Amino acid sequence: MQFGLSDSQLLLKDNARKFFASECPMASVRRLMETGTAYDAALWSKMAEQGYLGIIFPEEYDGAGLGKVDLIVLMEEAGRALLPGPFFSTVALAGAVLSEAATPEQKKRYLAPLCRGEARATVAFLETGASWNPADVRVASANGRLSGEKLFVTDAAAADFLLVVAREGVYVVQTKAAGVSIELMNGLDLTRPQYAVRLSGTPAEQLGNSEGLARGLQVGAAALAAELVGGMQRTLEMTVEYAKTRKQFGKPIGIFQAVQHQCADMYLETESARSAAYYAAWALEENSPDAEAAVSIAKLYASDAGRTVGNRGIQVHGGMGFTWENDVHLYYRRAKASETMLGDATFHRERLARLVIDAHGALAKSA
Amino acid sequence: MDLNLSADERSFRNEFRTWLEANVPRDWPEWREKPLEESFDYLRAWQRKLYEGGWAAVSWPREYGGRSATLMQQAIFWEEMARLEAPPMANALGLGLIGPTIIAYGTEAQKKRFVPKILSAEEIWCQGFSEPNAGSDLASLQTEARLDGGHYVVNGQKVWTSYGWIGDWCELVVRTDPNVPKHKGLTVLLLNMKSPGVEVRPLRQMTGESEFNELFFRDVRVPVDNVLGQVNDGWNVAISTLMHERGSYGARLHLLFKRNINRLIELSRTFKHNGCPAAQNPLVRQKLAQCYAEIEIMRLNQLRAFSRITATGIPGPEGSIQKLFWSELNQRVQQVAQELLGPYGQLAKGDLLAVDNGIWSYGYLRTRGNTIEAGTSEVQRNIIGHFVLGLPRSY
Repeated sequence: MQFGLSDSQLLLKDNARKFFASECPMASVRRLMETGTAYDAALWSKMAEQGYLGIIFPEEYDGAGLGKVDLIVLMEEAGRALLPGPFFSTVALAGAVLSEAATPEQKKRYLAPLCRGEARATVAFLETGASWNPADVRVASANGRLSGEKLFVTDAAAADFLLVVAREGVYVVQTKAAGVSIELMNGLDLTRPQYAVRLSGTPAEQLGNSEGLARGLQVGAAALAAELVGGMQRTLEMTVEYAKTRKQFGKPIGIFQAVQHQCADMYLETESARSAAYYAAWALEENSPDAEAAVSIAKLYASDAGRTVGNRGIQVHGGMGFTWENDVHLYYRRAKASETMLGDATFHRERLARLVIDAHGALAKSA
Repeated sequence: MDLNLSADERSFRNEFRTWLEANVPRDWPEWREKPLEESFDYLRAWQRKLYEGGWAAVSWPREYGGRSATLMQQAIFWEEMARLEAPPMANALGLGLIGPTIIAYGTEAQKKRFVPKILSAEEIWCQGFSEPNAGSDLASLQTEARLDGGHYVVNGQKVWTSYGWIGDWCELVVRTDPNVPKHKGLTVLLLNMKSPGVEVRPLRQMTGESEFNELFFRDVRVPVDNVLGQVNDGWNVAISTLMHERGSYGARLHLLFKRNINRLIELSRTFKHNGCPAAQNPLVRQKLAQCYAEIEIMRLNQLRAFSRITATGIPGPEGSIQKLFWSELNQRVQQVAQELLGPYGQLAKGDLLAVDNGIWSYGYLRTRGNTIEAGTSEVQRNIIGHFVLGLPRSY
């Protein structure tokens, strides 16, 4: 039994950290977040060259054929770099859903271009009710055409196609197709904008195996938890660095226990979220019977910890933490948006309760 | 990353499982809730049986009667013990903390003299560390030992000594040089508790029981041969013991926590809130799920720490992280138990209406001590701040 990264995963992590540091430093993040889409075509093709865009997808679809733990490692580094643009939406959402819900022929047409970096995509799930429960979806198909409104769709303006969750299943909708309107929602996270998408008699192609949606979204939730961990890690690093250098009363503020203990709690929360995210990825990869529970545990913990680590980080930074100039708030904004995405902590606690408390739950062993 | 058991780990588990199934006493539930004073001989006999099977101290080196078990194998050992609800061992401190310290710092004669009887539970050990004026600041302790010919003469007082009432021997930290900085004048003595001048008094704690004792020493003579490690190097010897205290305990506790949450979930199905099973109350569901998640994360943190220590060979501050996490989590779980049980939560053992014979009433109070004993949460956060994050020392 070994609960740590393999040599190749450590190498991937190290390379990704260097790649993001050189190709997407904070100056680029700040430039891209002013662009509306936060998408950079040149950065995108470099990520394609690295194999990042097809990391978990089979080689027959031009992917790199690696596992879920490798994805989690990459997402963690992307989160640490606050990578702007549609990487999460394209790979961990749309790619993962295609991988689980599309036919082999559809994967050739839709997944392979994502892996090659030729197209970008995202998943459109939420509606006005803002429920992540599939039973609450109202958008419906009529004669192969979709109508209705989807909200909080990440990166829709950078996407070539959307995977729209409708009552009858999951549909591919080209963003250039007739009857599609995409409008920016003014959210907190400037590095991953969200959009309102309106469909009106829009032509759509149904994916062959829509039951795969749940599993695809579980991969997305584990990836998002890992991305949150990366953001927490960077927030912790910035905060500790600040506590060592900022002086008050003639001393670095990190000498004061009130400050030290905030940092210690940030560390504990970050490490705990990391353990949960890694395990979720492993459980998904192994098809472990507790995979669904593991994903909910990872997301519920990361959702809460992402916020509290940000709260503590801002507090320790003092006045500096409240400025636009300091980067801590950019991570905080991402964490707040990710907190509710794919279900917040309350949603995942209830999902976990169904698995472990309800008598029919898969893990309710003491029943 | 591979969380499946390796072939070695599987065969270790199977061997122990087979032995345990054949040997574990089946009447432990009848003894579990009795005071330790009553059940001690029972626990001593159980440890003796484990010893005879070669299972009393799997983590110890083979040459000292252990199995040189890896951290993962140790985790498997405790998991199997919990799975069959095996009783704990009588000489808990000797096996978990003091034996390993003697193996690390003792002379050959000391190892030969003390180690086998720790294993067999013939000699029970206690730990004389904290004093009334030396808690978190352990190094400021004042119990003094003066050299007088071939003996040290000990005077002073210790407090919060577990197993003091039954202890045959004590790992005692004393001040041998008052004229140097406080960490540098300490020495560890192996003290015979039957020596003249040792007085043991019970210390009644807020739960009403006396798990701990106070020890008083008046001109107690300890032969110089019973110095453990070097004279005035006692701080390092004591720290080595404390590292064991903070390290391995969490792995065992996880199994207890797991049993607690499973039991709370079971209770929530029948316990009514406003006329409906509590398990249908959304707030109760949220809280139980949060506890379940954090207990799982406690296990995962532990496994990651084990893997890291195994890979680097160096036990780091992982113990502090675990200790901080489990002690505060245990308080949260007990609070949720109280909310679930409502007014019944307060009923103690002996009351006819007490749930589970009062374990939740007891547990609620007992967990107050968790964030204080074995290094307070504040001290653990200091350790993380300084040794993990590199922040300047605050004291």
